[in-house]
Parts: sequence; C-alpha cells; structure tokens
Amino acid sequence: AAARGCGGVWHQVCQRGAGGPSLAPRGQRAFTCNARGGAVPAGKSGLAPWVPVVGLEIHAQISSNSKLFSGSQVQFAAPPNSLVSFFDASLPGTLPVLNRRCVEAAVMTGLALNCSINKKSLFDRKHYYYADLPAGYQITQQRVPIAVNGSLSYSLCIDNKMSRMVTKTVRIKQIQLEQDSGKSLHDDTRSQTLIDLNRAGVGLMEVVMEPDMRCGEEAAAAVRELQLILQTLGSSQAVMAEGQLRVDANVSVHRPGEPYGVRTEVKNINSIRFLAKAVDYEIQRQIEELENGGTILNETRAFDSKLGCTIPIRDKEGKQDYRFMPEPNLPPLILYNAKSLPANMNHQQVVNIDWIHERLPDLPSVKRAKLVEQYGILPEHSFTLVNEDGLTEFFENVVKQTQMKPSKAIGWILNDLLSYLKQHSLTVKESLVSSFLLADLLNLLEKKEISSTAAKQVLAELWKGEGKTPLEIVKEKKLELIQNQEELEQICQAVIDGQENEVIMMVLE
Amino acid sequence: QKVTVEVLDHLERLALVDFRDAEGVQRLQEAIQFADQLQEVNTDGVEPMDSVLEDRCLYLREDDVTEGNCTKELLKNAKEKVEEYFVAPPGNIPLPKLEERETFLQGS
Repeated sequence: AAARGCGGVWHQVCQRGAGGPSLAPRGQRAFTCNARGGAVPAGKSGLAPWVPVVGLEIHAQISSNSKLFSGSQVQFAAPPNSLVSFFDASLPGTLPVLNRRCVEAAVMTGLALNCSINKKSLFDRKHYYYADLPAGYQITQQRVPIAVNGSLSYSLCIDNKMSRMVTKTVRIKQIQLEQDSGKSLHDDTRSQTLIDLNRAGVGLMEVVMEPDMRCGEEAAAAVRELQLILQTLGSSQAVMAEGQLRVDANVSVHRPGEPYGVRTEVKNINSIRFLAKAVDYEIQRQIEELENGGTILNETRAFDSKLGCTIPIRDKEGKQDYRFMPEPNLPPLILYNAKSLPANMNHQQVVNIDWIHERLPDLPSVKRAKLVEQYGILPEHSFTLVNEDGLTEFFENVVKQTQMKPSKAIGWILNDLLSYLKQHSLTVKESLVSSFLLADLLNLLEKKEISSTAAKQVLAELWKGEGKTPLEIVKEKKLELIQNQEELEQICQAVIDGQENEVIMMVLE
Repeated sequence: QKVTVEVLDHLERLALVDFRDAEGVQRLQEAIQFADQLQEVNTDGVEPMDSVLEDRCLYLREDDVTEGNCTKELLKNAKEKVEEYFVAPPGNIPLPKLEERETFLQGS
C-alpha cells in the first residue's frame, strides 16, 4: 500500500493481492489532491488532467431506545428475531407510529450541519424486493426530507507531519429519516440466506453529501468529522464497526470544462481508512480505463478490503424502479419554532426547533477553537485531542494538576502518552498512566528535579503499571538532577581521568 | 393510447402481478383512462394533496420499549427456520425474461 500525502505525488494505489486485479504500476499517480483542491496534472499522455468527483451517501443509525416506527428495542447483538414487533415483521393490520426521539435526533443533526429544517416534511415508500425487507418497501423521505442545504467543514493535513492544515467544505444536500432493513446471513454451503429482523425498522438518518470532494483523503476527513459531530450530539454513536455508520461513495472522473463522467457507486466500505483506499482505487481505475479507450459503466461495485480493489456486483436485475409513492399511513411531519408554536398543544406532541437549537452542545470545531484559545496549543494539536476519545479530558486534568505550561505539557500528551497507547492498542480510558501520575511527573520536570531524558525513562517505568509514583522511580533509579557544583566537578574529573588517552588525542587535534 | 407489452412485462416483473388474460389488461387500461380524467382539471396554483390525512396531526410516540420479544410467535409463520432465523433463498429469484416465462403477454 502506498504511503499517502495529500499534496504529494504517490505511486501505487492498489495493494497487490494474490491473484487479485491490480492496476499497472505507474511512475506517477494520474491525479493528486492538493491544498487548493481539484486535480494536479500528470496524465500519462501529458494531456489535460483528470478531475475526480466524489459524493457520499452516509447512513447513521439513530441512537434511540426503540425503533423509528415501532416500540421494539434497538440493540446490537441480541438473539435473532427477539427485538421484532409485528409491525417490523410486516404482519397485516399493523401501522407505523413515529418515534419522537428520532425526529429530535434528525433536527439536531440538521442544525449542527447548518441545514434548513423543513417545518413540513413527508414520508414515502420505496419499493424493492429483498428477504430482509418484509414489507417489500422501505419508509423513507424522498420528496421532502426533514433537512436540506447544509454544509460540513473539515480539515486536512497537507503534509505527512500534520504541521499544515487546510479547511474544506462539503455541501450537505439533505438529511432524511428512514427505516433500516433486517440482516441477511448468507449460507453458501446450504444455498440459503438466514434472516434476522432485529435491525429491521431501526431509525436511520441518511446524510447526502454533494460531490464536492476530490479524493479518498477528503472523503475520509469529511466522514471522520461527521462521525465526531454525531457522537458529540449523541444523535448516533456512529461506530462503523457495529454498522452504526455506513458509507457509500459515488465516484466519477472528467476532464476540466467537460461534463461530469459516468459515476459508479462503491459499497461495502467498513472503515474510514478503507473509505479513502476504496475511493482512490476507484478514481485510479476509472482514469486507467478511460485512458485505455474504455468506458465506465454506471454500476455498483463492492470494495474488497483484502485486495484493496473494487469489484462489480453482478446485478441481474438491471436498473431499479422503486415506484416511490407517498406513505398513506402517515400525515406530514410538522415541526415548530418559537414563533409558530401553537398555544394549546400538548407539548409532548411538539418538536420545537429553537428549543433544540438552544441546547446543542459545543461541536468539535468549537471545542477545538476553545482549546487553542484557552491553552495556547496549536490547531493541529486540538485536532488530535478532539479526535481521540477521552484525550481532551485527560489533557485538561493534567493541566489542572501541574505547573507546567499547557503548551509544553501538550507535547507529553501527544508524543509520549499517545504513542504508548497506540503501540499497545489502548484507549485513553485504559491508560496505565493516569492524568494524576503524569501531572506528578511533569511537576518534577518543571521543578528541574529531573531532566527531560530522565522523565522519559520514568514514564517508561510508569507504563509497567506497578503502582509506583514518579518520585519513587526517580529515587530508585537515581535519576535526580545533580544541582551541587562540587559534585558535578568531581564527576567530570573522574570521567576525564578515566579516559586519559582520548583526552590527550583531543587536545592534540 | 394502449399500454405496450414492454410496460406490461415491466409491471409483471416489478409488482409480481399476472395479467392473466386480455380482460386483465383491459381492466388496467380502463383504470388508467379513469385516472387520466384528473388531467382535465385545472390545478394551476393549487397545492397537490397527497394524503387525505394532510390536516391530521402526526402522532409522536415516546421513545420507550413496548414491543418485541415474541420470537416464537413470529417464527410460527415461517415455512422454514434455522435456529430462530427465517430461511430465504440465497438471493432474489427474478422473474424469467418475457420469452422464457408462461404469460399471456407472450402471445401479444
């Protein structure tokens, strides 16, 4: 796999897998993503550059106790078909009843993404047949979704060392509420599929990002920021590994000034890292195909993480006709604000956009700005702090307990502590070195009782988790800085005496 | 304007209906003609109504767990089951192409 650097040229996109399709190795990638956005030239024929176009459809599972239209529980990993109501199983005579919490989650998310919240939105049916969709249709919001026309700002490092960051924006086309489908487990040996409807009917927010992105790195950064926002709001836990955040990428390429090319949809992306890989592979694949005189099919492709490539999903059914129709069992969803609030309405039936807006927590971008202002750290530092779960609190706790300047302490948090955690695959919460211990150590350093090198040694010792305090380790290993002038002279003299020959050679040179 | 065989085939595949005979197609034809009468009304400046419920209040439910836990009952309806999973064929079995299936439309 290639090491990437946004703004740098890199060599190979696809991982060479055994027997997998691979792209021809090239001296230079046919496109690069730079700070100014857009493509930077180097087509193989020296012609005009290619402009990659990337849009995303993101499904975030709403964090709620019960489902979007029924009262069955939302929970990952439960006995199959135990969290399923008659409505979820699409038994006749059942009707959808909208969950208020899901509406609030969508409004919060829309506000956080600078969207216009539609005071009136509608529900529709999207029809297709699949065993994990018992009703034969999904209730979604195709005509008038709950939120439209927002934006998301995200940042990218434009070199590998994270020392220069650039901010980009992607437009949010819309956010819609819709049902999740059940889960299919394919049993190829017995040529059958096992269906678990526990997930059927769970509330989703589909966030549609306009094709403003130009490479895998941008897509990954945008999704990461969205993930942080959702987690901060609490509207979704957005853990990709548990299927709470699913991303499909729409990718195409075209020559500048020409119309957009045919796009492909890439599915089966299971992590943010793979998202970047999948998008970049697909861009490269399309460029090569076109430069070799081929054409791009408007198809759906799956990302194979082992081979690092996208492969077409054999689509026997052709283009889908979803026969959208209004959901006849649900009236329009009406939301209110302070002005339009009806006087005598049961407040449990009212979702007040202004009330929700007033109670939005600090978004990641605001948190980062506050950290920079309050502690005098660099923007890049604030990114790492906010990016790592629990790290901001850890840092703030250390700062509270130490005399060392925050702008100096941050180095110990980001370089020493964080690299230890990464090496041992630990989260901040699992850290064997508490903020109290680290603050203690930094105080010794600040009071010049030990050197910086000694502090690193103590930290390595603390990491063993043997329960010793920094001071105990310092005494044990005799790491105290010697302040006494006479003692220092004696030591220097002893060293010189012991190395007489070397000293003579040095003096003669 | 008659409904073409291509559209009828598309509908059979999409909705899994079987038009069965000329009478079935005729009934569809008449239904379309009936609905087309809507085009005769001038609706300029009039907001479309897509639900007779449009003036009703959409009831919002509290986020409480009140249902579920009826695995046994649900599986009673299943023709085949494996350890509390419903069993389905490995994938969708699409309707065969027009030429290959037994449908009255073949003759048209």
